[in-house]
Amino acid sequence: MSAALATLNRINPARWTVTVWRDLALKLTFPALGLALFLGFWHLGAQQINTSLGTFPGPAEVYSQWTNLVDEHRQEKAREAEFYQRQQERNAQRLAADPNAEVRWRDFNGRPTFFSQIRTSLWTVMAGFGLATVIAIPAGIIIGLNQNVYRAVNPIIQVFKPVSPLAWLPLVTLVVSAVYVSDDPMFSRSFLVSMITVTLCSLWPTLINTTVGVNSVSKDLLNVSQVLRLNWFTHVRRIIIPSAIPMMFTGLRLSLGIAWMVLIAAEMLAQNPGLGKFVWDEFQNGSSDSLGRICVAVLVIGFIGYLLDRAMLALQGWVNWDKTAVMR
Amino acid sequence: MSNTHLELSQVSIDFPTPSGPFRALNKVNLKIDQGEFVSLIGHSGCGKSTVLNIVAGLHQATEGGILLDGREVNEPGPERAVVFQNHSLLPWLTTYQNVELAVKQVFRGQKSRREMREWIEYNLDLVHMTHALDKRPDEISGGMKQRVGIARALAMQPKVLLMDEPFGALDALTRAHLQDSLMEIQAQLGNTVIMITHDVDEAVLLSDRIVMMTNGPAATIGEVLDVNLSRPRNRIALADDTDYNHLRSQVLTFLYEKQRKVEPINPKKANEQQKKAEVA
Repeated sequence: MSAALATLNRINPARWTVTVWRDLALKLTFPALGLALFLGFWHLGAQQINTSLGTFPGPAEVYSQWTNLVDEHRQEKAREAEFYQRQQERNAQRLAADPNAEVRWRDFNGRPTFFSQIRTSLWTVMAGFGLATVIAIPAGIIIGLNQNVYRAVNPIIQVFKPVSPLAWLPLVTLVVSAVYVSDDPMFSRSFLVSMITVTLCSLWPTLINTTVGVNSVSKDLLNVSQVLRLNWFTHVRRIIIPSAIPMMFTGLRLSLGIAWMVLIAAEMLAQNPGLGKFVWDEFQNGSSDSLGRICVAVLVIGFIGYLLDRAMLALQGWVNWDKTAVMR
Repeated sequence: MSNTHLELSQVSIDFPTPSGPFRALNKVNLKIDQGEFVSLIGHSGCGKSTVLNIVAGLHQATEGGILLDGREVNEPGPERAVVFQNHSLLPWLTTYQNVELAVKQVFRGQKSRREMREWIEYNLDLVHMTHALDKRPDEISGGMKQRVGIARALAMQPKVLLMDEPFGALDALTRAHLQDSLMEIQAQLGNTVIMITHDVDEAVLLSDRIVMMTNGPAATIGEVLDVNLSRPRNRIALADDTDYNHLRSQVLTFLYEKQRKVEPINPKKANEQQKKAEVA
């Protein structure tokens, strides 16, 4: 009750003191100042750069491209709705004329818009990152629990960790083409190639941090576990995993950041219809709008990356028992 | 002999070092009766904790062994519950859950869910911690954490309660409170207790016997002092008691005259001096 009252007091402007206002002003002024300076330099700098596709786009140009992309998406959505409506009416008419008529229901086959590409990218990165997590956390626990397993596996991890996604991609492409042969594929190959490349590159931070977290469980807690004679499963569940959770999340955040970065490169080369393909297509397209549209993509990629990191942080705050942990 | 509950027989331990095994403990012999409160006292580094860890089963004796009710023990178990110096509560569990983890582990299949809850609350009540059942360790003070640690150990219904400098990290007032609590609990439950301490007053106040250890390497039991003060004991009344002060001075004499530990202030210099002395 008193906590609720305290919150109420904090959000009630009538009770704000001068200090609170000054604090708020400081918190808002400097980010705004930084942003303004950045936009100013961008605007002035862009005019000086002449590319084969015209001058480099400034903030205004990029903003207008953003509205264009939004409009295109709306138009495409409208077309899709019309298509399905037409199809429905047509089929209804045919069924009315002849109840036994064979009607065909087709999917709308429109161009992927910028926003559907964002959705594809998010889905791909989540699938790749999810797979990496599902592999890395159990593996990290097992490696961290046993010093000999750690000695055996560590050199391999250290060698594979720095490999660039661009080096993995041809191998993954060939292997997926050879192994994933299906007449009615559940996933497109480009999706699988991008996803597996993301997995291969984003596996390592989670794996290493989980290992370290498991390895550095306090000796006292291990003694408690021994005195209580906890069995292996309970020991891992009640002692090891909670101890390692802060380190695990450090790894998961790094992994998600890497996954998102790798994804764009992977999509470019694998032609998965996501943001990477969008950038690549605009680059190949080479119209006077392309640079502006690529700039929009860059900003959106950055913003989504930021949101993903915040989401991970929120998840950490929710799962982690140590609420006093500083999170930034 | 018939009364012997716990027996340490010729317990020695070697720790491997690059320059060969290092003998930390040499032939420790001790018999402890049911319900006896025994303190181990000695200078730091003399192997008190090692003795306790061997009894707990966390270390293995190189020679000799431990008999509990006539059976050899060589692995850890809840019948020899340990109260660790720095509480060792699981920081992600509440007070109640910390004790619950132990109770569930020890009494699985023996107590119903309700009995377990009552048992957990009973033990937390013994240490006066029922007001903080849902608090996490980082939300309560150091003394409270140690109380919960004691409750957790008591809740295992151990045959022997092992305490490794349980109050060493606490301030003097909190320590006195906890000592009083411990004496109360001991009067009520009559546990067999081995407690490590480096506090002479604590040893005399709480113990039935004080086991004084020589300095390492190859530390062993130097003297054993019986404390025949009547219980319940009151720290204020005892402060002027001649028997108490006599016992106290006996421990002090052992520690600071017979087993005086000379720690060089500058170890490097001291080593050089020692070498010079050897050469001369």
